[in-house]
Amino acid sequence: MFGKLTLDAIPFHEPIIFYTVCVVAILGAAIVAAITYFKSWGYLWREWLTSVDHKKIGIMYIIVALVMLVRGFADAIMMRTHLAMSHGDNAGILPPEHYDQVFTAHGVIMLIFVAMPLISGLMNIVVPLQIGARDVAFPFLNSLSFWLFLAGVVLVNISLAVGEFAQTGWVAYPPLSGLQYSPGVGVDYYIWSIQISGLGSLLTGVNFVVTILKMRTPGMTLMKMPIFTWTAFCSNILICGAFPILTAALALLSLDRYLDFHFFTNELGGNPMMYVNLFWAWGHPEVYILILPAFGVFSEVAATFSRKPLFGYTSMVIATMAIAFLSFVVWLHHFFTMGSGANVNAFFGIATMIIAVPTGVKIFTWLFTMYRGRLEINSMTLYTLGFLITFSIGGMAGVLMAVPGADFLLHNSLFLVAHFHTVIIGGAVFGYLVGITYWFPKATGFKLNDKLGKYAFWFWIVGFYVAFSPMYVLGFMGMTRRLNHYDNPDWTIWMQIAVVGVALIAVGVAFIVAQLVVSFIQRKKNIDVTGDPWDGRTLEWSIPSPPPFYNFAVLPRGDKLDAFHEQKRGGLPAPSTVYEPIHMPKNTGMAVIMSAFATVLGFALIWHIWWLAIIGFVGAVATFIIRTYDYDIDFYVQPDEIARIEQAHLQKATQA
Amino acid sequence: MSAIETPNKPIHTAHGEGHGHHHDAGEIKLFGMWVYLMTDCILFACLFASYVVLKDATAGGVTGKDIFELPFVLVETFVLLFSSITSGLATVAMHRGDKAEVMKWLKFTFLLGAVFVGMEVYEFHHLIAEGHGPSHSAFLSAFFTLVGTHGLHVTAGLLWMLVLMHQINTRGLNDTNKSRLNLLALFWHFLDVVWICVFTVVYLMGVL
Repeated sequence: MFGKLTLDAIPFHEPIIFYTVCVVAILGAAIVAAITYFKSWGYLWREWLTSVDHKKIGIMYIIVALVMLVRGFADAIMMRTHLAMSHGDNAGILPPEHYDQVFTAHGVIMLIFVAMPLISGLMNIVVPLQIGARDVAFPFLNSLSFWLFLAGVVLVNISLAVGEFAQTGWVAYPPLSGLQYSPGVGVDYYIWSIQISGLGSLLTGVNFVVTILKMRTPGMTLMKMPIFTWTAFCSNILICGAFPILTAALALLSLDRYLDFHFFTNELGGNPMMYVNLFWAWGHPEVYILILPAFGVFSEVAATFSRKPLFGYTSMVIATMAIAFLSFVVWLHHFFTMGSGANVNAFFGIATMIIAVPTGVKIFTWLFTMYRGRLEINSMTLYTLGFLITFSIGGMAGVLMAVPGADFLLHNSLFLVAHFHTVIIGGAVFGYLVGITYWFPKATGFKLNDKLGKYAFWFWIVGFYVAFSPMYVLGFMGMTRRLNHYDNPDWTIWMQIAVVGVALIAVGVAFIVAQLVVSFIQRKKNIDVTGDPWDGRTLEWSIPSPPPFYNFAVLPRGDKLDAFHEQKRGGLPAPSTVYEPIHMPKNTGMAVIMSAFATVLGFALIWHIWWLAIIGFVGAVATFIIRTYDYDIDFYVQPDEIARIEQAHLQKATQA
Repeated sequence: MSAIETPNKPIHTAHGEGHGHHHDAGEIKLFGMWVYLMTDCILFACLFASYVVLKDATAGGVTGKDIFELPFVLVETFVLLFSSITSGLATVAMHRGDKAEVMKWLKFTFLLGAVFVGMEVYEFHHLIAEGHGPSHSAFLSAFFTLVGTHGLHVTAGLLWMLVLMHQINTRGLNDTNKSRLNLLALFWHFLDVVWICVFTVVYLMGVL
């Protein structure tokens, strides 16, 4: 009846997990109770959950991502604490099977359930506004993407309380992840949570490629697009190109696990290295999917706060495209040790080094943007400066490992772990934090407290160096990744230094939380009435904060780069105040229902509850079909209503 | 988009018109379908690559030469190719606005598609009954997965066609249904192209 699911699946005997689950359950109950007490369910359902407004979907992405960031970071704290203790006779705080789940969950959560939704969230909020559009190309699909992502989040979090997560590392290489060596449900949680949210990511990719190509405001040719939109565009092309490969790789792995196929098994002709190839053919473009939008954020911030146009816009665009292309021809550098021969390794080694060229172009472009500008120092520019230095260091470590001979020594060592954390934290995470700070007033109507943001920056960057510099050293000393216990006394001191670094980062995270809370309390003081708090250059700053649901009452002209800056200077005409009816999509709860069925489907597949899986699958498909019978999916906003909304905003702006 | 409920012709819309290029919603959907199909293409490319890597990994069991029956697959292929023609004729009828004709050709297309899926199920069933199921070697796993994934796509297309036929029947050839028919036709032709590759890479090259 319930497949593999029994009461034993709930980890009463693991105190750390059990207490965590209890705390999460109590917090969850408190939130549900609060929403019920304040009678907010109706509001929540009408205004948020069923919304197809890209701005609200973007905000929901970011909220979920920040919650998951806390969970992924808790995993990091546990790992570093454990390793600082777990040497010699001391067994540390985590039993091996739990430790293995923690490092797997950390990787999966940080990449798939933190970084991806932060990108989707920022793109959702910013891209349509930057290109002067009223919404994305497919608003319902956009809502569906978010809810499928959330289904993945739900599954990953259920794995904490019911059963286990994979113990394979976030890459889940077979044969370890095959049924023979991972008979439990951990790998199945891994597969279905990523598969379902990956479908969401793919739909986002298709949606934004079409949005950017087809929905730009009149006059905005491709080479007049703001740079963040360009990086988002490249990132979405990569999503379209790479995510189907992940879908295929995980589908084949599930066939091996569920139906006794032999793609990646050791017997009957299976070939585990094929999984590794497929995985990284997705995995390498994936890291560029993560970093390119962050590059876009830094470009916007560097230009805005240097009060100068971006230096070398064209070379920045070409460099972004070059990186996007090259990201597909370097995947083998993740496993030079496969033994594919000197020529193959040389090709991929050189291709990898070539990526440093467009990246270097970008670094100089940002430097020259700031050079002789009036750089305003705030938390965002501090992060940008920190990024330039940190990312350069991480990049150089990467080029070092692109030499196959060196990689044979450094493969799977802590040097590698240090390298990719340097580029991901110093590049992607800093970029998203800046992006959130920069567009926060646009999305919510008030600015974040910058003082707390600066504190957060200093703890993040100092903590980062204290935590990860020792790992470069440990890598050179021969320490491999994913070790649960070690006997070499020379490593201990470095591990203990690293744990101090994590504590500093924890303070940084606390400052970010404090920043959000304090800014919310002081929202009247930090209010943004003009819609243009930073003296911005691109079109999103030409409309109120938060923008009306239709974004632009009248479509602006996009004939010049930095179109809003040109508008303010008089280089482009300001939009007229003659309003026409605006065509908008209606809200729908269908995506929520489909995602609920998808969650049921995933859970049932994980636990081999076949009847429930059929219900989940049929339910999801049927809901979609029912949705196609609804022909009344849009409406028109009439000019008098637009005039009323715009007038109200104008009044608020003049009063302040 | 539904022109029925909208009394006044808008100039500035969220979707397309007024963006200087005069796209309508249908055109944006068509372009979105193309982008989606390219992602699907990459999914198939992975399965083809896996098949090519594993086609000689027969673990001492049967090879393609032993199990493929080319005449049968040739008939299967022509059934699908003809369904593409009938699907094209449905589109032509749609442009003439001839609802009865559209329905007729869609029924033919559905029938041919169903025959194709039926033949494939028969082939799979036959192979498994003979003891050549997907769990006997990596080659067979890859074969069943590649061909089966195409079959699942065709099945999804059939379901889509069924729903759309009902919608055209009840709501007529309105703009939304026309746009959907265009998308379905595109999907259907795409599956045809993929099948040509399957026929060549799997069956022809397997037997030769």
